[in-house]
Amino acid sequence: MSRSAFDTAVIGGGLHGLSAALHLARAGRRVVLVEQNWVGRHASGATAAGVRTLGRDLAEVPISLESMEMWHRIEAIVGDHCGFHSYGQLRVAEFTAHLPSLEKRLETMHQQGYGHEEIIDRAELLKLVPAIAPHCVGALIARRDGAADPHRALRAFRRSCEGAGVVIHEGCGVTAIDRRGSDWHIRAGEQEITVPVIVNAAGAWAARLAALVGDDIPLGLKASMMIVTERLAPLLKPVVSVVGRSLSFKQSDQGTLVIGGGLQGRADIDAQKSAVDFTELAKGARAATDLFPSVKDVRITRSWAGIEAKTKDLLPVIGPSPNASGVFHAFGFSGHGFQLVPVVGSIIADLVVSGKTQRHISPFSAERLMTTRAAA
Amino acid sequence: MTSVDLLIVGAGPAGMAAAVQARRFGLDVLVVDDQPAPGGQIWRSVETVAAAPRGKILGQAYQAGKPLADAFRASGVRYQPGTQLWQIEPGFRAFVTRDRQASTIEARSVILATGAQERPVPFAGWTLPGVLTVGAAQILLKSSGQIPEKPVWIAGSGPLPLLYLVQLLRAGGKIAGYLDTTPPGRRRAALPHLAKALGAAGDLIKGLAWMGMLRKARVPIVRHVADIEAIGSERIESLMYRTRTGQEKTVPADVLLVHEGVIPSIHGALALGCAVAWRDDQDCYAPVLDPWGESSQAGIFVAGDGAGIAGAQAASLRGELAALRVAVTLGRASEQAAAEAAKPIRRKLDRQLALRPFLDALFKPRPEIFAPSDATIVCRCEEVTAGDIRAMADVGRPGPNQVKAFTRAGMGPCQGRQCGYTVTQILAAAEGRTAQEVGFYRIRPPLKPVTLGELASLDRREKVS
Repeated sequence: MSRSAFDTAVIGGGLHGLSAALHLARAGRRVVLVEQNWVGRHASGATAAGVRTLGRDLAEVPISLESMEMWHRIEAIVGDHCGFHSYGQLRVAEFTAHLPSLEKRLETMHQQGYGHEEIIDRAELLKLVPAIAPHCVGALIARRDGAADPHRALRAFRRSCEGAGVVIHEGCGVTAIDRRGSDWHIRAGEQEITVPVIVNAAGAWAARLAALVGDDIPLGLKASMMIVTERLAPLLKPVVSVVGRSLSFKQSDQGTLVIGGGLQGRADIDAQKSAVDFTELAKGARAATDLFPSVKDVRITRSWAGIEAKTKDLLPVIGPSPNASGVFHAFGFSGHGFQLVPVVGSIIADLVVSGKTQRHISPFSAERLMTTRAAA
Repeated sequence: MTSVDLLIVGAGPAGMAAAVQARRFGLDVLVVDDQPAPGGQIWRSVETVAAAPRGKILGQAYQAGKPLADAFRASGVRYQPGTQLWQIEPGFRAFVTRDRQASTIEARSVILATGAQERPVPFAGWTLPGVLTVGAAQILLKSSGQIPEKPVWIAGSGPLPLLYLVQLLRAGGKIAGYLDTTPPGRRRAALPHLAKALGAAGDLIKGLAWMGMLRKARVPIVRHVADIEAIGSERIESLMYRTRTGQEKTVPADVLLVHEGVIPSIHGALALGCAVAWRDDQDCYAPVLDPWGESSQAGIFVAGDGAGIAGAQAASLRGELAALRVAVTLGRASEQAAAEAAKPIRRKLDRQLALRPFLDALFKPRPEIFAPSDATIVCRCEEVTAGDIRAMADVGRPGPNQVKAFTRAGMGPCQGRQCGYTVTQILAAAEGRTAQEVGFYRIRPPLKPVTLGELASLDRREKVS
């Protein structure tokens, strides 16, 4: 294949890389995607796959709401429903002392003109989630939220990408990026690619990628742990989290319980390995059994930790590189990027194709992290 | 939290021998084991059964476990039966469950003596009630003296089906027939290894004696069976077999026991990040170990059949070697003393291992085991068929972990113990790669299912209020 076969290279075969590649290809770009392992190897394959607007940082709310609209028509976008169900997400207050924080959040949302979050009382909570412990007093709810099946989403995005002409090279880790006139020359495994445009969607490895083109963006790591149990009879439909504890609790289509919430395991970015810390994970099991007493005899079949990037303010980096023309970043989703997948791909396509976007992305600039560091 | 010098996982031949040896050096040793009593699979219930009439049915090799079990009890080892180990974290911190209580154990060294499992044999109908493994049937015989009421069909290859047939005859069981799946030419292939095997001639003579007993009892034997299929709606009603010469027959069947050899239990070693290597001679992975049994992870040893199939006597010897090395690393024995003590053990071990090439060649699994028909269920937990897995191989060159993510094969409570090798072999065949290249599932803890309530009990935090 000749070098001029492509005009855009996406680095990173997670869902954000796939979404960017898909939107770019549909906008007429000739896209190659390189992935160091295989598509969905790390965060995208290890995610709880919550599709959540509830409780998002105000800076993220506009794009999150737009992304939610895209999730509700995901089948039209990627040809598959991705296992997406919209049974709502709830943030439960166990005790009356927890209610004021929910009320304050609701007030903020109303002040900003948002109506997608509501407070429900104990009676409605018990109606929506009959299995929840009776001591709980109420909840904040986003009714159009839900969850999807990450592996199904990966397959659908991959298939759509390939259908749109994206060429995917797996097992190709980027080792060098050099300027060649107005182009970038990328070495990735056996592939040598020369393109004017690069999209950096390399997740936990994105800071290293950025450094290759001259952007020094400080990035932390997350290794959020997950528990999956054996299958059980239908127990609940919404996704439940709780004030003051690390818990996200839901039931998959297969009947397994999927329990996360951001408890941290150990990650080794060089070895590309992560490990579960069961002493820490015990807190999640404790929260799950406190909130859902009927699950205490349910057997855990698997647990794991993903590896992904975290920024200082827990907001992603979405936008052009400050130092390298033709390079666009989309990473640092800090544990809540799954829901944003459809919209961020569309934003990147805007930026690459027309150099601008209607969406409000200034809070996600790479500069904010870089200047903070320079001032420190 | 308990804290010990040495944690041994498993109380079979290797675990017991390691414990006895380690105690000689005054190590503080804790043995945890799934079973309610020492003996492992091969010597299950040996303390109570060896001297009883059932001991005679089970034979001398079984009764030989009694003295080791006695020595184990007398060694001053701390022993926790009925305990499931479900995770070991670096350092080492082990997580176990006993009587529905989870707890942790701090250990300076670990010996995994978790033994072997029967090689999973997927074929059409293998999930029907009434189809069991020979090993499962033998457990019932050892622990409670149970034998099937109705005539039993046995299909497979290797020493265990022969042994069980003999035990069944002694116990007064009825045998419908033995479908010997050993392919033609295996004896010729094994012959070059015979001379070396003669050092352990006792076992060879035993095998010949078993065959003689079966002939005398006029057990119907069908040789060179290539394919079997269990047929029935609610449970097995009949079985079909096809020989390599194309002879096909369907016969009524109430119970079908299958066995195609044993393979090391490697889930513990894999979960701990111990390097494993493919063994062409035994068609499985085994941990990479130094001459003492230490794995690529310092302080983690593997002894017994988990280190590679070699039988009970070799397992005991490997257990002793591992314990010697642990005594050295913990400063309780000098290198020299350990090397001296190891000499006679290694000589005996070499004699045992000399038998393996002959047996491995004679009982090399038939190729059909690794190439089930498309309709055959491969992953029993998630009901994924061989066809589902072959369909995945069409997209890119996926490894077992991608197939797992997309088909759910290997995601169930057995953690891929039943489908792991089949998935690897199907992908290897479809992608024109070797099984070694294709690799195996990443093993995600817990190694044994633990409940949410048990895990929650490890959280010491006061209840939120």
